[in-house]
Amino acid sequence: MAGGLARRIGWAGAVIVAAVAVAGLVATRPGTVAGDWSLPGDARAGELVFHAGGCASCHAAPGAEGDAMRLLSGGLGFTSAFGTFYAPNISPHPDAGIGDWTVAQFARAVMAGVSPEGQHYYPVFPYAAYRHMTKADLRDLFAFMRGLPASDAPSRAHDVSFPFSIRRGIGIWKRLYVRDDFVVSGDLTEAAARGRYLVEALAHCGECHTPRNVLGGLRRDAWLGGGPNPAGKGKIPDITPAALEWSQDDLVAYFTTGLTPDYDSVGGEMADVVDNLSRLPKDDLEAIAAYLKIVPPVH
Amino acid sequence: MRISDVTLTATLTFAVLATTAFAAAHSDKALKSAVDARRAQMQLISYNTGVLGDMAKGDIPFDTATARAAAANLNAAARLDRSLTWVAGTEQGRVEGARAKPAVWTDAAGFEAKFTALQTAAAAMETAAGADLAAIQAAMEDLGGACKACHDDYRGPKN
Repeated sequence: MAGGLARRIGWAGAVIVAAVAVAGLVATRPGTVAGDWSLPGDARAGELVFHAGGCASCHAAPGAEGDAMRLLSGGLGFTSAFGTFYAPNISPHPDAGIGDWTVAQFARAVMAGVSPEGQHYYPVFPYAAYRHMTKADLRDLFAFMRGLPASDAPSRAHDVSFPFSIRRGIGIWKRLYVRDDFVVSGDLTEAAARGRYLVEALAHCGECHTPRNVLGGLRRDAWLGGGPNPAGKGKIPDITPAALEWSQDDLVAYFTTGLTPDYDSVGGEMADVVDNLSRLPKDDLEAIAAYLKIVPPVH
Repeated sequence: MRISDVTLTATLTFAVLATTAFAAAHSDKALKSAVDARRAQMQLISYNTGVLGDMAKGDIPFDTATARAAAANLNAAARLDRSLTWVAGTEQGRVEGARAKPAVWTDAAGFEAKFTALQTAAAAMETAAGADLAAIQAAMEDLGGACKACHDDYRGPKN
């Protein structure tokens, strides 16, 4: 077979084909996350990571409210240009959920977007943000999620068309768009640095508030600059200082009560975000506000 | 002969369309008034919540008399009878300015429960306004939560 191919395209050509194939396999290879995961996690601290990360907003059953949101049975659909994705069951059920995972497997899933079986997850799961999570936060989150109720609801398969149905290809996407550095750099105050961690790593604000390119990669040059709503109606606002005129106190009040400075209330998907943010300590909300004030303006 | 057929058809079509449009415009006026009235109710709630919220944030100085007046107005506005303003046929897209989702009518019990939650939060705010600033700040979170919970399920996106 290889010899036949070589006869037709010549040995040099065969070497190039083989090199491209190997490069392709390397480029799309699922990554790992190094770390010592033997240290115990603190479930109470993990609850804040859980809310800051907005886990329940996507993984609770569609329409769940209040305590029912602790049951992470999945099922919520996300429409996109590439197909419809369904949030999986991530409750501690050993078969239907992730109850039999080790903390190292959980870390690889959350921070590298790779399943225990070594398969890439689609970037609808915001691992490009969670990549920046501290290892302590990850261990705490794992400890907290262990204590949530188990659901035996099976995860629903994604409805994604070719060629996006080839998961190996996500490896290339990750090489292009998953980065180890934060978007906002330079000398930051302690509050702004904490805010950067909350916004860029846990709360994954950029997933909606930053416009995407044709391949669905976030445009770091227009970070938090807003854009069309990928889920359909309306626009997602620019929250850089170019457009966001609210004071830091206004922002903290909005995150706490869901009321804008004109006393209209938060709407759409952002209502779920405020539900999560309102559970964080005031210091953290002030940190997010401080960060939003130093993000480069996007016009 | 053929041309007059076309003319006749066109004239009749125009007449039918014009009549329909007139009838729609006529009944729309009452529906539009109902939508305007409930938006005015929301404006009252928003304005009085704003007075309390600005105090809670420290944007304006805390003053007991002002806080009490705002909370009393808020509670009264939250208790207006809704049967004349949330009338059927006034959902978003059918009447200019309306943002009510069809769920207001298809899930009337759920809508009622959310409005009752607002009334409970508004009554708690009235009690808080008679106490101190810390009580108002705490009550603001529940009040904002009540606005948000209802808008999340029963209000559509901006027009």
